[in-house]
Amino acid sequence: MATVVMTSLDSKSRAASRGLSDIKIRNLFIVPTILFLIVFNIFPLIYSLGYSFTDFRASTNAPATFVGLQNYRELLNDPFIWANFAITAKYVIVSVTGQVVVGFGTAMLLNREIPFKGLITTLLLLPMMLSMAVVGLFWKLLYDPSFGIINYALGLGSFEWLANPDMALYAVAITDIWMWSPFVMLLSLAGLSAVPRHLYEAAAIDRAGPFYTFFRITLPLVAPILMIAIIFRTMEAFKTFDLAYILTSQPTTEVISIRLYKMAFQEWQTGRSCALAYIVLIMVLAITNIYVKYLNRVKER
Amino acid sequence: MAHIELKGITKTFGTHTALKDLSFEIADGEFFVLLGETGAGKTTTLRLIAGLEKPTGGQIFIDGEDVADWGAAERDVALVLQQYSLYPRYTVRENLEFPLKSRIRRVEPVEIKERVARAARTLRIEHLLDRKTDRLSGGEMQRVSIGRAIVRKPRVFLMDEPLSALDAKLREALRTELKNLQMNLGATFLFVTHDQIEAMSMGDKIGVLNNGQLVQTGTPQEIYGNPVNTFVARAVGSPPMNLISGRLAGSEAIADEGYRLPFGTAFGTAVDGRPLTFGIRPEDLFLESGAPGEARVHDVENHGVEKIVTLRTGNHFLQATVPAQTDLEIEESVRFSWNPEKVVLFDGGSGMSLRHAG
Repeated sequence: MATVVMTSLDSKSRAASRGLSDIKIRNLFIVPTILFLIVFNIFPLIYSLGYSFTDFRASTNAPATFVGLQNYRELLNDPFIWANFAITAKYVIVSVTGQVVVGFGTAMLLNREIPFKGLITTLLLLPMMLSMAVVGLFWKLLYDPSFGIINYALGLGSFEWLANPDMALYAVAITDIWMWSPFVMLLSLAGLSAVPRHLYEAAAIDRAGPFYTFFRITLPLVAPILMIAIIFRTMEAFKTFDLAYILTSQPTTEVISIRLYKMAFQEWQTGRSCALAYIVLIMVLAITNIYVKYLNRVKER
Repeated sequence: MAHIELKGITKTFGTHTALKDLSFEIADGEFFVLLGETGAGKTTTLRLIAGLEKPTGGQIFIDGEDVADWGAAERDVALVLQQYSLYPRYTVRENLEFPLKSRIRRVEPVEIKERVARAARTLRIEHLLDRKTDRLSGGEMQRVSIGRAIVRKPRVFLMDEPLSALDAKLREALRTELKNLQMNLGATFLFVTHDQIEAMSMGDKIGVLNNGQLVQTGTPQEIYGNPVNTFVARAVGSPPMNLISGRLAGSEAIADEGYRLPFGTAFGTAVDGRPLTFGIRPEDLFLESGAPGEARVHDVENHGVEKIVTLRTGNHFLQATVPAQTDLEIEESVRFSWNPEKVVLFDGGSGMSLRHAG
């Protein structure tokens, strides 16, 4: 089937004279990628599924014994794990909501004729291009209670952003919002500029007010692409590790991937952490599926 | 319903002047057609009246009031665009309700229902009401977009080439429908088109626009029978008016190509010898054995009810409509003449009609 849709190789081309055929060229491109995927993704995925049913510890030489579903059963009954999930959920909701509000708002502001629009857009995109670790370290300095610029600018004295257990998670979320709002903005901007101008003109003629126009024309037309941004950001926020790990080490900021990291590489409960990784994977898949279903419904309308 | 007046409207986009000192008036309940080629400034005129653009100079009056500071919503106009502008993702009914549901207007739900039903009945789209707009054909979409204009009882209907994207049959049908609609509503219409057939068949009045300037306004008969210059003569009518350059000598017209055609003495001898352009409509040009002009048949187009013959005289072409029964061979030699009473005289240099000048 694949050969049918492929354009065939010109028999007079240089590639053909070297004895290459369509299929050979196709394989040349695809095989390395597939190999890479198998070695680094698919094999570990299956291997860790196997470990998740054992009491394997990577720190000892003791052979792994099969324990069935015991890891899963214990994890799902562990109130501490559920607390980690609750923290993660809170973090996802705060951070994604913030990114959508800030990102979409900025996109609305930028979606008009203003001087230096290209330059402003590029500058606004910069945070997203930085490394997570760099952002984490910078914001740690910005949040610093004694010399941080945030406290100075807001006149908060020596307010403890990261050491305050109630505030730390929000501080991490604010950093994430700062970093990833541009992503939502970029996608929203693409969606907004795709709304035909004549629709706005028609709405103006039809005497629709600005709010009415926004909710009846702009939002429905941008919804599908905004939904894609939300899916991406939710998935990413769900598995956040670096920002939270670098910024603070409060128990109230222990999102699920930090718990997973500690379980696997500090406590060396390899088998159990594999099981937890699978639980997280299934959850992310489930959430994404709900979104995709909703996305399709929005698109159909 | 309203009376519209444009006074000395000028509009420039950067260095490009789209409209130059444009003035005209549309009477209450009139079907006014603005005719012009692409880029003549028709759409700009419409957008200025709708309030989507601001004029660079000049004034627009709706019912005697200067509307310079009014936004599109306050002007209470309806605009039907070429690209339909239906709101996507909504059904036909929701599209029709849209202009009534805005906060500014506040129309009772019962009345919304009734008005939508009436508009749908008028445009015969009742069976489509619950359909999504992307499942409609071009003609249906255009009818919905007209429907969205009429649910509102606006003061003026502005239509920007609403029929040009449709196929020929549908265009003819909608042409009649629109004209009937306008008469039933008694509404003021400003209809913009590049299609002179639309202009002739629908307009109470036509304004011919060329390069941002209004060349002539008048009833279709006036424009057709008495064009103000050679531009209008060529722009209106299909096939267009024949233009023959020549001069007058006594009661005869002498074409530059040598043939002589009879001409009355209406102009006396005042223009004798001066370079002139004779304008004659194809239907006033006839073939007859023994007639003074001589030409060869270059092409014959059969239109069913009649044939359009292209005649070649030297290097020039003339078009004549002849009855469908007439048998003509390509390259056949024929003799022709015209109806001297129908000839329009234009100045050879400026192209202005002598009737209008005099």
